[in-house]
Amino acid sequence: MARFGMVIDTARCVGCMDCVIACKTENQVPEGFHRDWITTEVSGRFPTLSMEIRTERCNHCDEPPCVTCCPTGASHVEEFGRIVLVNHEQCIGCKACLASCPYDARFVHPDGYADKCTFCIHRVEAGQDPACVAVCPTRCMHFGDLDDPQSEVSRLLQSRRHHALLPEAGTRPRIFYLS
Amino acid sequence: MAILSRRRFLKIGAGAGAAATLGSRAPSWAGDFFGPARPGDRLERVPTYCDLCFWKCAAIATTRNGRLWKIEGNPEDPLSRGRLCPRGTGGVGAYYDTDRLRTPLVRRRNRGEDEWVEVTWDEALGEIAGRLQRLKAEHGPEALAFFSHGIGGNFLKHTFKAFGTPNLVAPSYAQCRGPRDVGFQLTFGEDVATPERTDIANARCLVLLGSHLGENMHNSQVQEFADAVGAGASVIVADPRFSVAAGKAKHYLPIKPGTDLALLLAWMNVLVGEGLYDREFVAAHGHGFEAFAAAIAPWTPEWAFPVTGLEPAAIRETAREMARHRPATLVHPGRHVTWYGDDAQRSRAIALVNALLGSWGRRGGFFFPASFEVPKYPYPPYPHAGRPPVDNPDGRYPFADLGLTNGIREATLSGRPYPIKAWFVYATNLLQALPNQEETLRAIQALDLMVVVDVVPSEIAGWADVVLPESVYLERYDDLNTEAFREPFVSLRQPVVESPDDQRPNWWIARELALRLGLEAWYPWRTVEEYLEARLAPAGLSLAELKRRGVVVGPHRPITVEEGHALEFPTPSGKVEFWSNQLAEHGFDPVPRYTPHPEPPPGYFRLLFGRAPVHTFSRTQTNPLLAEAMPENEVWINADVVRRSGLANGDAVRLVNQDGVESAPIRIKATERIRTDCVYLVHGFGHTAKGLRRTVGRGASDAQLITRYAVDPLMGGTGMNVNFVTLRAGAGKEA
Ligand code: SF4
Repeated sequence: MARFGMVIDTARCVGCMDCVIACKTENQVPEGFHRDWITTEVSGRFPTLSMEIRTERCNHCDEPPCVTCCPTGASHVEEFGRIVLVNHEQCIGCKACLASCPYDARFVHPDGYADKCTFCIHRVEAGQDPACVAVCPTRCMHFGDLDDPQSEVSRLLQSRRHHALLPEAGTRPRIFYLS
Repeated sequence: MAILSRRRFLKIGAGAGAAATLGSRAPSWAGDFFGPARPGDRLERVPTYCDLCFWKCAAIATTRNGRLWKIEGNPEDPLSRGRLCPRGTGGVGAYYDTDRLRTPLVRRRNRGEDEWVEVTWDEALGEIAGRLQRLKAEHGPEALAFFSHGIGGNFLKHTFKAFGTPNLVAPSYAQCRGPRDVGFQLTFGEDVATPERTDIANARCLVLLGSHLGENMHNSQVQEFADAVGAGASVIVADPRFSVAAGKAKHYLPIKPGTDLALLLAWMNVLVGEGLYDREFVAAHGHGFEAFAAAIAPWTPEWAFPVTGLEPAAIRETAREMARHRPATLVHPGRHVTWYGDDAQRSRAIALVNALLGSWGRRGGFFFPASFEVPKYPYPPYPHAGRPPVDNPDGRYPFADLGLTNGIREATLSGRPYPIKAWFVYATNLLQALPNQEETLRAIQALDLMVVVDVVPSEIAGWADVVLPESVYLERYDDLNTEAFREPFVSLRQPVVESPDDQRPNWWIARELALRLGLEAWYPWRTVEEYLEARLAPAGLSLAELKRRGVVVGPHRPITVEEGHALEFPTPSGKVEFWSNQLAEHGFDPVPRYTPHPEPPPGYFRLLFGRAPVHTFSRTQTNPLLAEAMPENEVWINADVVRRSGLANGDAVRLVNQDGVESAPIRIKATERIRTDCVYLVHGFGHTAKGLRRTVGRGASDAQLITRYAVDPLMGGTGMNVNFVTLRAGAGKEA
């Protein structure tokens, strides 16, 4: 079975937030919440600066603390693509997972359950890319099976320098950034 | 501005129809929240083209169980290549915007007491027609001026041409790209047009002067910019601010604002002085090169150093870098270029650098755009306007080739060369678009009638006598888009959903008004479908096909020299005019020269403004999706300056300009990403119209602070980066 992940080319990204807005409409994310966001990191002193702009979201970690800490089993790793999901009916809104996520990727949906990026599993099952990937005007995002050495994501990781966020948290995140 | 209190902004929209009810639990940006997709949902996909900006990307809107769900790019479309920008994706919010105008409104003036009355369309149009007929009888049809933005203005423009006025203007010329197109015409005989004919995707070296691609989201350009960066193109950015593009640049030049022309001259000096220019191109196609070379000889990088603050070595190195990649070096012409009043000459300097690099007509430079031949509708000829337009009396601006909004405003105030008594304003918020709001307001006060067509109760609508609520693009047909680009194409805008209230499409408004003005001869068609069908048939297309596909692309034609397109220069000399006889004849510099611009007094900063990817002008701030992505603007101030001023990131300040005009409170963005002699804000915020409930009072308006402007003597454009502001602390940001 596949192990889905993302590879994001920060050289192309302009931080336009199209991914954020596409996620809002695709998934009908309520007002005041979002499942993905943009981070801009600037270092140096004017005018000698460097900048990395990143689109961020749940990392669908291989070692997800949000799953291990969940008292009801609502937070789980889906068989399909190893996507980390929340079962809305089972979730009691205790927020343990919110606290455990080093990426601050989760929020409590106004309907009472913990919510976050689903890698648009409904689209992926239908053979489409997640909405954020499909919409990106800079084509900076790639989605695919990290376990398949022939996949685009695997080949990008083999050929380009990359990093992930907070590797020291030990969660083994599956979103990689090309620099 | 005491004048503001006379006609107070009215809470248009408030009370007219309830705000959309929220879903049972989840707070929603959509009027009727309908949750995530479920199997068995009934989906319908309707192709159309976007109206969140003038780029007009073809899109496909999806409704779910009859309700608007999402909008995506149309993969057939040469503009969007299947991907919209964030505004286009957020176009859903334009439909669900709870601040929309709902019904026509007429002002009932009650001795200074403002009072609006909701009226029927018949009453509103009857009133406008009656007043326009009286105006025609008393002052002639030319006393009406029409201001518009975008393709949605086409039908109204047609009505007013039939009415007999030549005074038809748009801020997109004198407040935006006019100087650029004049500068390029003077040099190559052709302008850069829209969408721009820039082959960014294939550029090996891309030079951006203050043009912040990626922050301004002209979709195709941003896509191509990413492609160029991805392909390893060398990017050179000159900007007082470390823009997003600067973050991707090989060379970032932190230029002192207002000195771009000096840098361009120095680049030319190096290209010519070091013999790096395209000799073959210049020999074959150049006019007056010797005289040009002599004229630029004094403008060395050493001369430019104290002017621009850029090291001579950096100027030389970047010039050599451009030469290394020519002719695939593109010095981008920009789009919003009304900065300092010598903008046509600066744009001409950009054209000349490109000419030296031989990039005109070349792959990676400027291509020859191709358009789909769709004949215009065969209307009867328009009546001959009795008098010439008022905006440019005696050809004061000899190279102005489109109407000047500021010229209309001036004539409205002075009554010369003849009085302008009515303004009809379509889809442009003139109070945020034109410099010097006070002048605009005085002109409005001098009118007998102002009509505004808009989708939200904007500031300009607040000053109108009659306000007409337009359907948003997702609810209407518009004219065909046949703009020239890489491939010839035709695209259609068609309704996806119905208007929620009593809004009407512009074509209907234009036609109904024309009928009431006795202009039925110019409306042989009854419905816009008839009009579209009549236009498409001679092009071998049908409305049914366009409705199904949204866009039809014609066969590729050569668009570059590499593909076999011939080089032609429709200038007076038939060549690239390095030396311009036309300019000399009118007493202007035949080769651009640098003149210093006034600098900020001590304690003041130059006010610069620009774009953010999620907003267009001042039109999108009430769109719930886009407002959420960027609810207010911040003032960018160099971090050291903030520290030295005893302020901190996030503090609210007011900006006070050189004339004492004070902005609304705005938060500080303390950043390394800007020089110390200027501040920057994103345009379009600081709304004051109460009906714009989602955005009123958020952030500050640059337009309000632009009380001064420098008029371009060549073409009448209004340079707006000539204002200085100081910071007033303790603004006490209202919640
Ligand atoms: S650039 Fe964006 S806002 Fe403009 S037409 Fe295209 S998708 Fe719409």
